[in-house]
Order: sequence, then structure tokens, then C-alpha cells
Amino acid sequence: MGLRVVTEKRVRVPVWLEVLVPVGAVMGALIAGAVLLALLGVSPLAAYAAMLRGSLGDWYGISETLVKAVPLTLAGLAVALSFRMQVWNIGAEGQLYMGALAAAAAVRFAFVDNSLVMFCLMAGAAALAGGTWGAFAGYLKARWNVNEIITTLMLNYIAIHAVDYFVYGPWKDPASLGFPMTASFPAAARLPQFFDSRVHLGIFFAVVFAVLFHIVFRWTKWGFEVRVIGANPKAAQYAGINFLRNAVLVMFVSGAVAGFSGMCEMAGLQGRLQHGFSPGYGYTAIIVAWLARLNPLALMGVAFLLGALLVGGDTLQVVMRLPLSSIQVLQGLILFAVLGAEYFLTYRVRFIRSVPDSPKEVD
Amino acid sequence: MAAEIPPLVFMRGITKRFLGVKANDAIDFDVRPGEVHTLLGENGAGKSTLMNVLCGLYKPDGGEIEIEGELRRFRTPRDAIAAGIGMVHQHFMLVPAQTVWENMVLGLDALPQVLPRKDIVRRIEEISERYALRVDPLAPVWQLSIGEQQRVAILKALYRQARILVLDEPTAVLIPQEIQSLFATIRQMRGEGHGIVFISHKLDEVLAVSDRISILRKGKKIGTFAAVGVTKEKLAEMMVGRQVFFNGAPPTTERGPVFLAVRDLVVRGERGNIAVQGVSLELRQKEIFGLAGVAGNGQLELCEAMVGLRGSESGDVLVQGREMGNASPRAFLDRGVAYIPEDRKGTGLVPSMNIRENVVLRKYWKKPFARGRWFIDWEVAAGHTGRLVERFGVITPGLGIPIRALSGGNLQKLMLARELSDNPKAIIAVQPTWGLDVGATEYVRERLLEQRDRGAAVFLVSEDLEELLALSDRLAVIHQGRIMGITKNPRALSEEDLGLLMAGTSLEDVLRGREERGDAPLPGPLRDPGTFFAGDGAAQKKAFRAEGGEGRTPWA
Repeated sequence: MGLRVVTEKRVRVPVWLEVLVPVGAVMGALIAGAVLLALLGVSPLAAYAAMLRGSLGDWYGISETLVKAVPLTLAGLAVALSFRMQVWNIGAEGQLYMGALAAAAAVRFAFVDNSLVMFCLMAGAAALAGGTWGAFAGYLKARWNVNEIITTLMLNYIAIHAVDYFVYGPWKDPASLGFPMTASFPAAARLPQFFDSRVHLGIFFAVVFAVLFHIVFRWTKWGFEVRVIGANPKAAQYAGINFLRNAVLVMFVSGAVAGFSGMCEMAGLQGRLQHGFSPGYGYTAIIVAWLARLNPLALMGVAFLLGALLVGGDTLQVVMRLPLSSIQVLQGLILFAVLGAEYFLTYRVRFIRSVPDSPKEVD
Repeated sequence: MAAEIPPLVFMRGITKRFLGVKANDAIDFDVRPGEVHTLLGENGAGKSTLMNVLCGLYKPDGGEIEIEGELRRFRTPRDAIAAGIGMVHQHFMLVPAQTVWENMVLGLDALPQVLPRKDIVRRIEEISERYALRVDPLAPVWQLSIGEQQRVAILKALYRQARILVLDEPTAVLIPQEIQSLFATIRQMRGEGHGIVFISHKLDEVLAVSDRISILRKGKKIGTFAAVGVTKEKLAEMMVGRQVFFNGAPPTTERGPVFLAVRDLVVRGERGNIAVQGVSLELRQKEIFGLAGVAGNGQLELCEAMVGLRGSESGDVLVQGREMGNASPRAFLDRGVAYIPEDRKGTGLVPSMNIRENVVLRKYWKKPFARGRWFIDWEVAAGHTGRLVERFGVITPGLGIPIRALSGGNLQKLMLARELSDNPKAIIAVQPTWGLDVGATEYVRERLLEQRDRGAAVFLVSEDLEELLALSDRLAVIHQGRIMGITKNPRALSEEDLGLLMAGTSLEDVLRGREERGDAPLPGPLRDPGTFFAGDGAAQKKAFRAEGGEGRTPWA
């Protein structure tokens, strides 16, 4: 007699489980993170408390969390769109950089001293550049079945280094004392900030896009097509849905939104293009999208929480003198746990007492 | 055969039930050393079930298995392999990324940490030499042709010292030259004292290679016969049987005009082979046009080309006289061509989506489901779905749940509901009753007849001859991508004649056979110039030549 583990596929996933599993996974990751913090010689409780105070304890912390939630939401929406179609855009980071680069070019070469015109110019340039960056990978995927995970990832390096080329080279501000950055943008090329904080106009667009994506997935023909392709590509063909067109379009829109988020980050915060201006928002966005189970509205909440984690990490760095990498380890743990926990949504695990085979079978 | 030598395998009274249906009903089956014993029967006759019992995949509900006179009980396939049973499945179960020799030892017990590659390769070469199974042991499997992969699968069984080899429809995937070499290998194995179980429904092959033949029908054994002294006609009759499960429906009262025509169509299959070799046919309104044939003879490719899912190499599909020229699936749909694919969950439906979404899958862009240029009106869709579910009797726990929870019969009803509710002008239905229970089967057939009487052109592809004979107003037989014959009067043809056509016997030979037997000449001209195509047009010859010149390496 002993315990036997039996797994079976679930027919239906109860809603409470869909919430419980990711929450449980995050808790598990935080506990594992606590062990790591303890090993670093820091009291995990004190560390988590410091993170909580730093990120959500006062208005400054909350505003900083919101600032970080903006690019996470926008880039998260970008990847969620492609993931819905089972096209794995890992390239939000690169698309974000390309968007910022194009927007900076617009400031440099097509400056108009009017904030509205300038905003439209920058947004258009960023969306076009990010979109092209994404659509390129989408076309390769649809036309020749080139693995988009590889291409989008590789395109990230090209984009990041392209930005480096300009900020270290031709666009470098002579007055920057050697720092790799362009000159500060004129006021018309900056996004307004509100509430006496660094919260900028981007937050408005993050909310608008999230609602828009929700409507697209839920109510539009195109959203339906994207979901059908993701759920069963053969049935999509049977329904007459054009895969090539949609792969390119989805990757374009995905890249455009990511590029737009790069522009917001640059014009809303730093006000100039600089080396490494995104601390990997495009990658964290993948975590955000997964945690939100690709739901645009849930995505805003998740982006806020991960933003808090980032701000908390900064606090930890300052107050506890912990390296930034420890926060990144924590993030990695969370993604790992959430993806692993997916298993419990697909399968049901039961422990049953094993009974010896019936005598009829033994003889 | 000397009586004192026990048979290699003796299966006695094997019974296996699936949800109350007897897939095997008290079947006796034995294989002696040095013989080829063929299992013959239609799809669903119970051949695979019986062999899965033999190789340990299924536990029988009744009966026993003796191996060389000793009672054995297989709990897992491993036990069966240890007892010397080697199964060569239709899908070879090889690892494509690995080499031949790696596949050979994969799954063997007690492998050393470092594989003795040279020894393994030498042994493979010995075996392949002895049985004329030429293959490069160092080649990765994905580089091999289908015929070569099959050789690897057989080698794998021999490498494991199998004494009993079960070959499950081994010729279905082979070209004629490869079939001849397979037979040479089989004869060699027989000469070495192996027992071979050969599964097929191609009668010529069965007679060419077998010593004894056992026929299964609907889970029961009809009998075992020596191959010498039995005729193709006799086998066909026993295989197909005489009882008609479904009483013949009244034939159509009047034939309508041609709605969809296929002209000299040549279509490539998934592997780049020519699957449809110059087929021409015409579907008329108010009739059911049946297509008989053994699976994998080009039916699927033909149908996919007829609905725009697969491009053609040459020839064309005409809808109401208009050339479609590889138009998109939506263009066919817009002209009223409905398609009921064989693969319900894989192609016809989206299992992870709900009923509403599946119902509008092929009409969401049209009114009333489309609202304006961009939106779908899900409320209209829900209302429509509710009505369809009621009208077609789909049993479901709710409209909002993923349809993967529905039974096969209900999935088929759902698909019929979607495809038939818009009164299509043509319906291409592939194996629409496959895997359904009696009630659902009857339901589907009634719907198809209803559509015909309403005025639709119905193209019914099936492997079930009874179904075809009961429903078709005209019937064609396809073999290796060619139409063997089309008859305006299917009920006059005997099932054994059809079986012969399906097995690739030419129509001329079938007619001669009838004459020799003294059967009454077929009423009415079978060879009707308007409807009959022997498939010997120029396009077909060209296609055949093109295939011959292609990459496949024939080997002798």
C-alpha cells in the first residue's frame, strides 16, 4: 500500500483557481526569495518591509511605482497581443529602443516648437520604427517560418547598439561631460508631468491602450481572428483567416506600441536619449503579460505590482545596500514560479492510495 | 504444418470492449513459425484492437494469449517485446533527430553508459544484409524516405530479436517498388522461421504475400482460410459483408444542374507527392455524390482543393462554371460551398473556444454577426447559437464553456449546425460519421439527405461502403489519386466489385470478372461518357511522370 500520484487533464478551469495559482506562485517565489535574502545576511522581513514602504508607503513611492508601471503596461500590452496569436515577440525591448531612437531623430531633424505637433511627430515616428522592427520578424515568421523568438531577441541587440552608436557618436551632447546621451530636448519635445511628481502623460495612454486592447480582443473581428489563430491555426485557415497578413499586422502593432512606450519613457522622464535608458522593461513586460494571463485590464494591475517591485528594489539597493541583481533574481523567481504553476491549471494532481492488483489479474 | 510444434502465438477467445461496444468478440487467432498470417477487414473491424492486445497496449476483457505454448499475460508493451513480439506501427515511432543506430537502441534495458557504436552498427549491418533491409545506420532518421523509415522500424523489431512481427498496414505508405522489396523482406523473415502478422485491406497484396488469411468484420472473426484456393472476390465479399446496417435511402428524384466541377485536378500532398493525379468530376444539385476509397488515396487533398484550403498544381475547380483558380477558402464559402472536415477538433473547430465562438467561426465577418466594419455582435451570435443548439439537438452544459468538453457526436452536430444552417449550395463532407455512435451516425446521414432534397450538391467521402451505397446517387472510386470509375447506379454494383476497385483493380478487370462468373451485366451503362472519367487524360500522365522524376529513391 502506498500513495500514488495521478495527474489528469482538466476539462474546465474554475475561476478561483485561475486567481489562486498565480497568487500562490508569487507567494512561493517571495518565500524562496526570502531564503536568498537571508543568505545575503539580510532579514527577509525587514527587507520586504523596506520594499513595501519604499514603493507604496508614501505618495513619492506610489508615484514612482506608477512611473515604472507605464512602460511595463504598454510593453506588456505589446507582447500580450502577439502572445494571444501564439507568436512569441521577445523583442519589445528592441522595439522600445527603436521607438525612442526614431522619436529622438524626429526631435533632432523635424523639430516644431509646438508640444502637440511635436508629440504627434514623435509618437508617429516611434510607432513606425518599433512597428517596422516587429513586422520584420513577423514577416520572416509568416513567409519562411523563421523562429520569431530568435529573430526578435537578436533584433533587440541591434536596436540597443544602434541607440548606443548615436549617443556615443554623432548625437552625443558635447556638454555632457562624456556621458553617452544626447542634448536635453526642448520643452516642446517633452511630455507634461503631473501632480508634482515624475508621473507623465504616458500613464494616460497606458490606460487608454489597455482599454482599447480589451475592446479589440473582446469585441472586434480582428481580435477574434488573432485569438483563433492562436488557439488553432488550422481552424483559422479553414475560417479563411490570412495568417501572413495577421502575423505581419500583429507584429507591427505589437512593435508600434512597444516603440511608443520607448518614446514616452524618453520624452516623459529623461527628456533626452541616453545609453541604456530602459532597464529591461521590454523583458519584464513578458513577465507582466504572463502574470496577467494576457488579459489587458489585469495587465495594468500586474504592471503596477511589478513596478512596485522595481521601486522596492531601488529602495533595497539604497537602504539595505543590496545589489540590483538580487532584485532581478527575485523577478526571475516569480516568472519561473508562475510559468511552472501553469501546470496546475492544465492538470489536476491527485494522490490516491494504490491498491494491489485484483487477484484476477495476478493469476 | 506438424501438429507438435506449438504456434508462436495463440490468442484464444480475445474479447475487448470499449464503452460497451465489443471491438473484439471472442476472437481466436494464431501465428505459426514460418508463416505470414494476414488480418483482413475494414476500418473499425477490430484488427488494430486485436494487435494492440497482442503487443500489450490493451488488456483484454476476456481470453488468453499463449506464446510458444506458454500462457502469458502482458501488462505493458515491454512485456510483449520481451516475449518476442515486434510491432511495426503505421506511424513508425522513431525519433527523427536521431540516427538510425541511436533509434535502434533507444529504450533498450541495461544500456552501457557509453554506447558501443561500432558493435551496434555492425549488428545493424548484419541484420540488414540478411533481410535485404538496406539502410545507412549512421544517417539521421529525418533524412530518410518513408520507405526507409519503415525499414528502420522493421530492423528495430529484428534487433530486439522479435520472433513475431506485426506489420500494421505497411504498404499504405509505400510506392510499388518499395512494396516489392518489403515483400522480399517478409519472405526472408518467413524463411528464417519468424511468424508475421500482415494487416491490410489491399486484396492483391494480401494474396501475394499471405499463407493464411483471417477476416474480421465488426469485431467478429468470419473465418480463417488458406491463401491458396481463395479468390479476391470471395475475400471482398467476406470483408465487406452483406448485412446493410442502414436501409438504403430513396434515391434523388431529379438531378439538378452541375454546381461544382473539378477539371483535370492535380494536387500535391503534405510530403510534396502528387496525391491527386488528374481528377475530373461534376457535382450536381439535388444529388449525393459518393467517393469510395481506402484512406490516404488522395481524398483529403482532393476535398481540400475543392474548398480552397489547398492549392492545386494544375487543373481547376469550377463553382457554377466559374474558374476558382486557387481562390481562398472564404471565396468558396461565399459561393455557398460548405466543408465538413474529417478532423473535427484539429480543423473544423477550436476546442479551447466556446460554442458561440465556434458557431460564428466561418461567418463572423458577415451580417448579422458583423456590426459595422470592425465589430462582432456577440449578442446576435449568442441568439443564433441558442437557436442552432436547439434545432440540431446539441447537448451542452452551457454556451460559454470551451467545446473540448463536448462528446464527439455533439461536436459533429455543432459543426453540421454551423455548416448547414446557411443552406449551402454544395456540401463537401469527409467521413462525417467517423467515430460516431449509431444514433449520431443516423442523425448525420438524415441531415445530409435532407440537404440533398433541399437542393444541395453533396459530396460524401467515406471509407464505409455501406454508408456510401445507402446514400449515394452517384458513386466514384478513388485509388492512388485517380478515379477508377464513376457509376450512376451505385446500388447495382456489388460491394465486392467496389472492394476490388478500391483495391486498385481496373474497372475492365472487374467487368470481365463479372462476365466470367456469369453475373448479370450491369443495368444501364456503367461507363457513361458524360459522367465517367477513367482518369487517363494528358494532365494525369504528366503528373505521374513528374512524380516519377522526383526525389524518391527507388531501390530494389
